[in-house]
Amino acid sequence: MSARMVRGRNARAGVAWRYVMLTAVALVFVFPVVFMLVSSLKPDLQLLRDTGSLRAFLPVGDISLDNYAKAFQRAPIGRFVYNSVLVTSLTVVFGLFLNSLAGFAFSKLRWRGRSIVLAVVIATLIVPFETIAVPLLMMVNTLPWLGPDGVTFGWLNSYRVQIVPFIADALSIFLFVQFFKDLPDEIIEAARIDGASWWQVYLRVIVPLSGPVFATAAILKFLAMYNMYLWPLMVAQGETYRPVMVGLQYFFQLNVAWGEVMAYLSLITVPVLVFYLLLQRAFIESIAASGVKG
Amino acid sequence: MQRIPVKPVPELVRRTIASGRGPGRRGEEVAGLAMAAPAVVLLLAFLILPFVLAFVMSFTNQRLVSPNPTSFVGTRNFVQLLTVRPFLMTPLTDPVTGETLRDATGAPEYPVLRDITRRNPAYPQFDGLRELTSWAIGERRLYLLASDVVFMRALGNTMLFVLVVAPTQATLALLLALMINQPLRGVNIFRTLYFMPVVISIVVVSLLWRFIYSPTGLLNSILTWLSFGNFTPVDWLGNPSTALGAIMAMSIWQAVGFHMVIWLSGLQTIPGVLYEAASVEGASTLQKFRHVTWPGLRNTAVLVLVVITMQAFALFAQIDVMTRGGPRDATQSIVFQAVQRGFERQDIAGGSAISVILFLLVLSVSLLQRYVTRDRVR
Repeated sequence: MSARMVRGRNARAGVAWRYVMLTAVALVFVFPVVFMLVSSLKPDLQLLRDTGSLRAFLPVGDISLDNYAKAFQRAPIGRFVYNSVLVTSLTVVFGLFLNSLAGFAFSKLRWRGRSIVLAVVIATLIVPFETIAVPLLMMVNTLPWLGPDGVTFGWLNSYRVQIVPFIADALSIFLFVQFFKDLPDEIIEAARIDGASWWQVYLRVIVPLSGPVFATAAILKFLAMYNMYLWPLMVAQGETYRPVMVGLQYFFQLNVAWGEVMAYLSLITVPVLVFYLLLQRAFIESIAASGVKG
Repeated sequence: MQRIPVKPVPELVRRTIASGRGPGRRGEEVAGLAMAAPAVVLLLAFLILPFVLAFVMSFTNQRLVSPNPTSFVGTRNFVQLLTVRPFLMTPLTDPVTGETLRDATGAPEYPVLRDITRRNPAYPQFDGLRELTSWAIGERRLYLLASDVVFMRALGNTMLFVLVVAPTQATLALLLALMINQPLRGVNIFRTLYFMPVVISIVVVSLLWRFIYSPTGLLNSILTWLSFGNFTPVDWLGNPSTALGAIMAMSIWQAVGFHMVIWLSGLQTIPGVLYEAASVEGASTLQKFRHVTWPGLRNTAVLVLVVITMQAFALFAQIDVMTRGGPRDATQSIVFQAVQRGFERQDIAGGSAISVILFLLVLSVSLLQRYVTRDRVR
């Protein structure tokens, strides 16, 4: 046996060993999700019995979609999903627009006070939302709103209370500033000389060139909004405006039916997971961008 | 970066625009302000204003709904939250002989702590305080008395959480990043799987793990199976000595993929030439890590630590879903307390004071981290 063959065999064993390690670690990250999906198909009794063995991860025994049907009977799930989708998408869309506009103003336009205002915006990144939740709650409790019934006070139990405070976002602005800064000034000057207004420069020159940063900001905002918990818990007490995360409370009143809980958890998680698996490169790069530049 | 065909710009026009003088200057000033204004105004209204309000209200007795008008109470909220006093308790002595009183078994007898902390004129400084913890020192006993024991536990737990989670999670994330950074086929599939918990809501994750940690849950089953039945099942979340640890482990599980990705992008900035050079000089894997990888990761290391620390201080959803601070306050956290008081008990002033303390804590820790790592960041 030649030395090269031995080395080759060792290398192959090394590679196999690496895959074994990688797979073992992957199991650690995947098992709760598999457990959730599998359990959502089982009746409560079997679900509890199966946690004692490997059957917890296998769709065996009395498998059905009953839990899903019962979950829909127990809670207005359609309503919760609608609320979450509405709140998340409106915040993402308005946020992308206003934050990118501000990012453009901060990176490419010269105006008095620009650097100090930007410094303040960046400094707010250090304020955890949790520290302002309580005073913000008191504030929105007294804010006026002009609606069909004239001016009303107090924003609790509404969509606006879940949307408006989260449109402007220092992290998004920061990401836009970083990206726009690297776009060459010449293209803006050229457009200006052609008579484009600043608004047109933003819309026709900047936005078309900035797909990646818009994707990053959208993904980060989407995750933050869809998974938001503390704030909707505080401000959306009636079921009319509740998003999916707060809707969970429906399943913990009186008797907890674990099969239904698992079905509901699967229902609200699977769309995000599918979305993630389809766009995983963009998701991961978004996080990397938020970190490396932060 | 895409190449854009650039029109040649006459030198004079270019200089006029670039210098900021000329006819476009006023317009630019107005446009800049107008474009930045909407986002800035929203940030002012919904972030900076409530932040300032938190500071102001922490010095008042504000409640969400109250029949009494709000008034300033100075630092009372902070004194109430933060007062901690040591008290050394000596055994009772016989007033005549001066000898220590002992019970039938010979153990020394002590005064009752309640008698000292309840309107005892001899100890006005201990009035209303309760026992936080105590240690025996010979026959004496050192007590730590606090005016708000629950908040002190929350503070202690949160600090412990940060101190354990930040280094552990950063290290594990780096190990995962190194595993993923190998030139193996299909390695991106593993990256995708390791990162997956990050996109799942912490509420969903917490509920799943509540199930995993239950006395008859998956974790106990797995441990029993691995130990051939020699393991006695533990009620992980119901036992004060394991509850916080269980929450730490789950939190690390959920977020480690996030930091793995940050480490990965740091790893990918290290030029491959350096590794080749190290290989030529016969460096071992460990030497390559110490002399090539680690120096190249210093900036990333600072960043990862700062981000994890800030996230760890905000510990809330896990507590709310899994234990609600129990058992016996073993998992209280600062934010959970802020929400409990400010929202559930409608004590806005108390909740705000806790928020201010949290903010000052986060600020000082991140300034400290910046100071400690100052000469590494260039």
